[in-house]
Order: sequence, then C-alpha cells, then structure tokens
Amino acid sequence: MFAYVIRRLLATIPVMGVVAIFVFSLLYITPGDPAAVIAGDIATAEDIARIHHQLGLDEPFLWRFGGWLWGVLRGDLGISIFTNLPVAQLIGQRLEPTLALTTTALVVTVIFAIPLGVIAAWKVGTWIDRGVMIFAVLGFSLPAFVLAYLLILAFSIELDWLPVQGYVSIREGFAPFIEHLILPSIALGLIYGALIARITRASMLEVLSQDYIRTAQAKGLANETVLVRHALKNAAVPIVTVIGIGIALLISGVIVTETVFAIPGIGRLTVDAILRRDYPIIQGVILLFSAAYVLVNLAVDISYTLLDPRVRY
Amino acid sequence: MINILRGFSGVAIAAALAALMLAPEAFAQTSGKTIKFIPEADLRSLDPIWTTAYITRNHGYMVYDTLFALDEHFKPQPQMVDHWKISDDKLIYTFTLRDKLKFHDGQPVRSADCIASLQRWMKRDALGQAMAESVGEMKAEDDSTFSIILKKPFPLLLEAIGKLSSNVPFIMPERVAKTDAGTQITDPTGSGPFKFVKDEWVPGNKAIYVKNADYVPRSEPPSWASGGKVVKVDRVEWLYIPDSATAAAAINAGEVDWWQQMPPDLVPLLSKNKDISIASVDPLGSLGVMRFNHLQPPFNNQTLRQAMLYVVDQKDVMTALGGEDQKFWKTCYSYFTCGTPMSNEAGAGPLKGKRDLDKAKALVKESGYKGERIVMMTATDQWIVNSQAQVVAQELREIGLNVDLQAMDWGTLITRRTNKEGIDKNGWSIFFTWLVGPDVINPALNFPLRANGEKAWFGWPTDTKLEAMRVQWMDAPDLAAQQRLAAAEQEEAFTSVPFVPTGQFVIPTAFRSNLKGVIVAPIVLMWNVEKK
Repeated sequence: MFAYVIRRLLATIPVMGVVAIFVFSLLYITPGDPAAVIAGDIATAEDIARIHHQLGLDEPFLWRFGGWLWGVLRGDLGISIFTNLPVAQLIGQRLEPTLALTTTALVVTVIFAIPLGVIAAWKVGTWIDRGVMIFAVLGFSLPAFVLAYLLILAFSIELDWLPVQGYVSIREGFAPFIEHLILPSIALGLIYGALIARITRASMLEVLSQDYIRTAQAKGLANETVLVRHALKNAAVPIVTVIGIGIALLISGVIVTETVFAIPGIGRLTVDAILRRDYPIIQGVILLFSAAYVLVNLAVDISYTLLDPRVRY
Repeated sequence: MINILRGFSGVAIAAALAALMLAPEAFAQTSGKTIKFIPEADLRSLDPIWTTAYITRNHGYMVYDTLFALDEHFKPQPQMVDHWKISDDKLIYTFTLRDKLKFHDGQPVRSADCIASLQRWMKRDALGQAMAESVGEMKAEDDSTFSIILKKPFPLLLEAIGKLSSNVPFIMPERVAKTDAGTQITDPTGSGPFKFVKDEWVPGNKAIYVKNADYVPRSEPPSWASGGKVVKVDRVEWLYIPDSATAAAAINAGEVDWWQQMPPDLVPLLSKNKDISIASVDPLGSLGVMRFNHLQPPFNNQTLRQAMLYVVDQKDVMTALGGEDQKFWKTCYSYFTCGTPMSNEAGAGPLKGKRDLDKAKALVKESGYKGERIVMMTATDQWIVNSQAQVVAQELREIGLNVDLQAMDWGTLITRRTNKEGIDKNGWSIFFTWLVGPDVINPALNFPLRANGEKAWFGWPTDTKLEAMRVQWMDAPDLAAQQRLAAAEQEEAFTSVPFVPTGQFVIPTAFRSNLKGVIVAPIVLMWNVEKK
C-alpha cells in the first residue's frame, strides 16, 4: 500500500510536467498581450512595446518556459505582471475562501444527497423517488449563476436573512463566516448534489436487487441495518468515485460562484487573470488545480481499500 | 429507515434554525464612518505614472497630492503650492509649497520631491513630454521653493502640472520618484488626504484607505480636484464586484454605500429603492469613439471615412448605450468634450445633419470601395464598446458595406488593435472605445486627434495640417485665440476624419441616500463625503 502511494505520487510528476507544458504553450498562442492591458486605453504602440519588452514577453518561447519551469522547481511561481506581487502570495490570499466554499458545498451536498439517493432507491417507483429524481433533474438543469441570483433575490433582498456578497474569514467569527457561505454553497453544490443523489440511487438499486440483501431481510434484520450496513456499504465505491470526479465540477463551479457572490477566491483570481492575461497567475493556478485533482483521485483510490476489502494495491 | 429519516430531518431542522437565528441580523447596514465603495475596475497597479488606467489615477487622488489642480472652471488652482510667480519673460516659474505638507511616513514634502516627481511624470505623459521639450532646468531654491526654468515659453505649464486625468503629475517622495519611469513603484507613500493600507490590499477584491490625520486641507471649498480636501470618514473600502447584478443587489441591500458606475439598464430597478440616489456626478462624461485603421484599405481612403459622417447616427448609438432616457447622454458634434471651452461645431455639418444615406452611398462609390471586407472589432465584455459596434455595424451594412463584426474580449481587442497589418494578417478596420471628457478637452490633450502617422494612437492617421494646428494651439496667447484655433483644427478633422465621435454620455452613479457631499467632478473624488 505504502509503495503504491509512493508510486502514485511519483506518477504525478510527469502529469504535472505535461500540464505545465500544455498550459504554457496554450497561453503562448492565446491572443492578447498583458502589456496592452497594463498600458491602458490611451497608451501608444511605443508604450506597449516598451512594457512588452520590460516584461520579457518578446523573449523566445523556450527561454521563457525554461525560466518559469526553473522557478517552479524552486517553489517560485513568479510575479504577477499587474500587481507586482508574488503569485504564491496571491494564491495564498485566495486559498482560504475557496477551500471554505468548496468544503462547505461538499459537506452539505454529501450530507443531503446520499440520504436522498438511498431513500429514492428504497422507495423506488413511489412519489418520494419521483420527487428526488425531479430534484436531481432540476439540479442538473439549473445553471449555478441562475440559482445564485434567485437565492440572492429571495434570501438577501426580500428576506434580508443572508448577505448578498463577500467573504468573512472564520477568524472573524463563525457566524459571519457561515452566513456568507450558505448561499454560495447551495448555488455551487446543487449540481454536485444532484449527481451524487442519482449515482447513489442507481448504485443502491443495483445492490438492493442482490440475493444477499434478500437473505438479510429474510432473516429478519431491521430495514436500516440492511440499508446502511449491507446495501450502502457495498454501493459506496461508485459513490465515492463520483464524489472524487465531482471535485472537478466544484473547481469549475467556484469560478462562476465566486464571481456572482464576489468571493475573493481562486476562481475569481483565475477569471481576472485570464481577462487581463496575467500569465504567471494563470499558470500557477492551473498547476494548483491539477495537483489538487491528482491528489483527490489518489485519495479516492486509497479509500476503495477501506470500503471494499477485496481491493488491494 | 426511521433513523435515517430522523437524521435527515435533524440536519434540515438544524439548517432552518440556523437560518432563523441569522435572520434578525441587519446585513443592510455598513459601519458609520466607513464608506464601502464599488469602483469602476479592480485596482491592479499602484503607480499612476507607470499606467494610464483610470482606476490607478483615482487611487492616486486618494493618496497623493498635486502642485496644482483643475477647478470646475477649467482653471488650474494652487493645491500644494502656496504661492508662485512667473518672470516677465515667462521663462522662470517659481513655486513655494504650503507649510506643514507631510508624507504619510512623517517626512516633510520638499522641493526635491516635487522635482523628482515632475521629472518622472515628464518621461511618461504626452503633455509632460511636450513640456519637457521647453524645460531647461528644475532647481530647488530651498526645501520649500523650487523653480522651473524654461528654454522657451510654454503657456500651458500650469495646465500641465495641474492636469486632471491620466497621467496626473502626483507628488511622491523623492526616493520613490527616482524609480525608473518604466518600472512600477510598489511604495504607496504619498502626502494626500488618505493613506493606502497595503497590508489589506487584495488585488481583485479590495483596496483599503484610511484618513490621513496629518493632512492639512486648503481653506477653499472643493471644486473638482482643487480646493480643500476635507476627509469626513475614517475609512474607505473599495470593493471590486465585477458582476453588475451582484453589485446592484449589494447596494440594494445596503451592503455597500456607493457604486461608481452602473449600467443604465439597471437604473429602473434601483430607482424603486427610496434609500438609493441615482445621479450623474460626472459633469463632462465620456465621448464614444469610432476609430479607423488609416494604414490599410478601405479606410486609408479619406472619402470613405467622410461617408461615415453621413451614416453614423449618434442618437441611435447613444440610445443603445444609455437607454431612451436622455438624462445620461447627449449628442456631441465636436471633437472636443461638449460643454468645455474648446468645444464647437465647426465643420460638423455632415455628422450633425439628417442622416443622408444617399449621400453616404455616393461617397462610398466615389471612394472606389468594391465590397472589401471591413473587420469591425467589438469587445463583448465591455458594454460601452459593444453597444456602439452593434448599432454602427448595422448602419454600415445598410449602405452596402461588407462588415465583418468580430466579437472578442477587451484584452484581445486592445492587443489586436496594435497590429498595423492588413485584415488578411489578423489586422482590423474599425474599433470602438470611449474617452473620458478631460482627456479630449483641448487639442493638446486630445490624443486621438493626433495625426502624426505611425507615431499616432492606434489607427495611425496622417494629417500634417492637423499636427501643425495643434502646435499653434499650444502657443496661443489667450482663450479667444485658443478657441479660434480649436475651431479651425476641428474643421480640418472633419475633413480628414481621424475618428468619428459617436456621442457623449455619463455612466450613472448610485449611492445610498445617507451619503452626502459627493463632489461633482469628471473623476471620482472621496474627500468631502460624509456618511450620515
């Protein structure tokens, strides 16, 4: 097991290398010049050319890539072209809100979606099942930004229960922290919750049709014991897989959610950096996201061994 | 099963209870002596000399002070300067600073700081560069008095050092101003009415300013950037909210006090809230601009450019941009900001008169246009740009022009417009933008009117007469002469058509009704504002 984890961790190195080359190349051919954005609308072509040169953007591709890669290998993600601040510092500033948002969304959706999926499977064909499926279809169909505006309208404007926007660190108190996260978490987590509910239902339905479930029921076990100990545990592997895959959904979702709720997280940082072509930030953030995704997948693989004793690495 | 449902219900009940417990809290209130402000853009650079970005200029007005500043009568007034004199031959200007001027680090403002700041500014700003050609020497007479000694008279010297918009000659400490003009400064120490709290700066999210308790305001009432800069709050928070629907919801709920620039289509929505005032606090507004590529066909042809004057309908463009309500826009048939001393309508007949498509078609034919593709660039993330492009593209199609309207983001557009090649090499024919009123107020500042070929602003028009008239204007001895020369220059501009003005508009500002004393000026100024 330990050797497997080490092997997987080592395997992330070439993956990250490919990501680095891909991202750097993509940005190299993307239209747009940060020098033009920096110089402002009333700058002349000479101004832009001067800034372009100062930023080293006229240097050959390999030279620029080599310089950036050497920095990354030393733990230096570079300096933001616009703010002149280290990319690591900017990412550090933004990490907490994004982690708080995604964790809250993840916890809330898992807590709600798995029981919903289990109940739907248990009561298959009933109005409860149909209700859960309607929720799931709605969750898939409703874009996060539409839901976000509806939530703001209802809970912030009409009822004045929750704030419209912004983020308050947990260091400033748990109540304001969670108040600022409730609506964004729902907006972000709905599609994720819908996915988990559907997969849980499908997986449970398959397990519930197995002979050993019938045997368990026949020998008089309580329904909740059959559901949780026998069915859910055996249905857990696909559910955990989807939870892992869903992290990608959350990562892409935070970009929209953070923009709508004006949360200063990694998603907003990414959008702003793309719009103004702040290459070092874009490269740093994508590397971070890639690393996070690889590690989440590793964690999911390891969790299989806990859920299914037959799985061994 | 019951246990499962019980657990599930428990979570739901806990969530509901939590929501109810939170409900009584008033999210609608912001603290009394703090202004929460949504600026027009994200503050990304702290150096108002390094970049011409307006948001950085506005930051400059918070933390820096200027030697002179423009008042609402377009006159430069002493600001940091206490008194000044000019020699009889108009070659030596001597300035004496006010007492008790201090930087945020407690150091006094000295002549050396002013000289170093002006030197850095003159390397970057167009008017500063023009001034530099006349400056022989700048020398400190003592710590509070310095002289600018000219090689030849430069009548616009006070206008230059009191320039209202980018680049503004802000005064920085000498150690900061000695930074190479091409390198961005990182030390925000100024001597202005607010101090920048750099530790709390989160680019892309917020910029924080606190009152500079050591600042000694002038005694005159505020008038644009001049007069007394009396700060009446403890703290100002610039909160960047890029999504306009969220910004509208935030001010509606009272989470912010002031939204600098709101899209006009949200005016009806916010007008319903009696606690919100919607106003135009910008007396000059901005001018829409339709810019041609003068280097490449088909708009390297003057006759075709002239045809555009008969087609572009400012009313249509402005309605698309600012809505039916003319409260926020007007037609402006001048190359200089309407409502300012140099604005006039000399030569504006083709643009001002009834739209004459037959005349336009005749000119198109006369130009020899044969249906070549016209690449019109629009930026979909800039509603001011996109509104203009959508309307004008349709108008040009109506006279038979082959318009290829290409949508992109602003970052791509401003890069692509630097391309001087033809459209087969990713070039362009037309783009749209807008310029704030103070930037096009007179021939010296009106950079898109420059027609010095490849050295000119994007589009690169060439018109030696226009260039000569600009120089003449800068040497004009009085206002009457300036106005006469401005009219002549405009007449020439309507002949060579470096660009087409598409109208003048203001972007509405929304603020909570408990905010008082907002200064009406072409730039956002945050002194004199109090929160009741």
